Amino acid sequence: MINPEREITATKNLRGVNCPMNLVYTKVAMAALKPGEVLEIILDNGPPINNVPGSVKKEGHEVLSQTQLTDGAWSVLVRKSPQTPKSP
Amino acid sequence: MEYSAAQLERYSRHIILAEVGVEGQDKIAAAKVLIIGAGGLGSPAALYLAAAGIGTIGIVDGDVVDLSNLQRQIAHHTRDVGRDKVLSAAEKMTAINPDIRVRPHQMLLDAANIREVIRDYDFVIDGTDNFPTKFLVNDACVLEDIPFSHGGILRFDGQTMTVVPGKSSCYRCTFRQPPPPDAVPTCSQAGVLGAIAGMLGTIQATEALKYVTEIGQLLTDTLLSFDALSMRFRRVPLRRQSSCPLCGTNPTITELVDYQQNACALK
Ligand SMILES: [Zn+2]
Repeated sequence: MINPEREITATKNLRGVNCPMNLVYTKVAMAALKPGEVLEIILDNGPPINNVPGSVKKEGHEVLSQTQLTDGAWSVLVRKSPQTPKSP
Repeated sequence: MEYSAAQLERYSRHIILAEVGVEGQDKIAAAKVLIIGAGGLGSPAALYLAAAGIGTIGIVDGDVVDLSNLQRQIAHHTRDVGRDKVLSAAEKMTAINPDIRVRPHQMLLDAANIREVIRDYDFVIDGTDNFPTKFLVNDACVLEDIPFSHGGILRFDGQTMTVVPGKSSCYRCTFRQPPPPDAVPTCSQAGVLGAIAGMLGTIQATEALKYVTEIGQLLTDTLLSFDALSMRFRRVPLRRQSSCPLCGTNPTITELVDYQQNACALK
C-alpha cells in the first residue's frame, strides 16, 4: 500500500473559501494535474467538507482520505481520474 | 487559459458543471461564433453568448434600430433608436462581459460577400428575418463547411434546426427553395409575440455552446418547432437527402445566388 501523502503533486489551501468557489478552485487545480496525480485540498469544516468531496467524486475522481487538522479544517486527498469525465 | 479570480467567479456556474468544467470554459473562450442579424433572435443569442464568454463574437446587420424593434429585440434600448444595430448590440455585449471581443459587421450579406465573412468562424447563428437570406446562409455554411443553427419565428410559432455540413441534413434537404416573395406575409402584417424571440434565440445560443464545448446531442436531423399559444413543442425527424441540390450526391448548387428579397418576411 502506497502512502498517498507521499504522492501529493499539489496543495490548494481553500480555508475561508465558501461554496461553490471552493469547488471551482478545486476543479481548476485538478485540471492542471495529469491523470493519476494526487491533489491535496484544505477545506473548512461545515458546508465545504460536507459538499466538495461528494462533488469531486461525482466528477469521477477518487477521494483517498479526509483528515481533520488541529485548526478544525480538513485535508482531503483526491486522485485525478484516469480520463476526463463527460457526464457524471 | 489563465483565469483571474474575477473570471473564475464569473464563469463559476459553468466550471461547476461536470460536462463543462475548466476544459469546457477554455473551449468557450477560444471559440468564434458569428451571429447573422442583430434582431429578435440575434439579440438574446448575442447577450447569452457574450455572458458565456465566447472569446470572439461577430455580429452582422445592415439596419439601424427602429422603435418597432424594441418590443422583442432586447439588445437595443430606447435611446438606441436610429443607431446601427451592430454597434448597439456590441455595446451591450461588452457591457455584460468585457473579456470578449465583439466584431461588428455593419453590412448586408449577399451572395458576393457572405462566404468571406463566415469563413473565419467556428459556428454561425442564423437570426435573419427573411427566406432568401436563410437560404443564402444555409448554402454559404454548407459550401464553407461551417456548422450553423437555423431559426425562424412568426406570430406565435418558432422553428429551429442545427446543421453540421457533410454530416446532417441541411435546410435545403427539406425546403428546396425559398417561397415566392408574395406567398409570405411580412412581419409587419403578421405580427410576432415578442417573448418567443427569446425562446428561440436562446435555443440557438445553447446549440452554439453545446457545439463549441462538444457536449450533449445537437439538434441535427431534427426540426424543432413550437406553438406558443398551446406551448406544444414538436420534433420532426429529418434525413439528409441524396437528391439535395446543395449537399446531395450530384449537387446543382455549387455557387451562391441572390434570391429576390422580401425583407421582414419572417422576423
Ligand atoms: Zn442538403
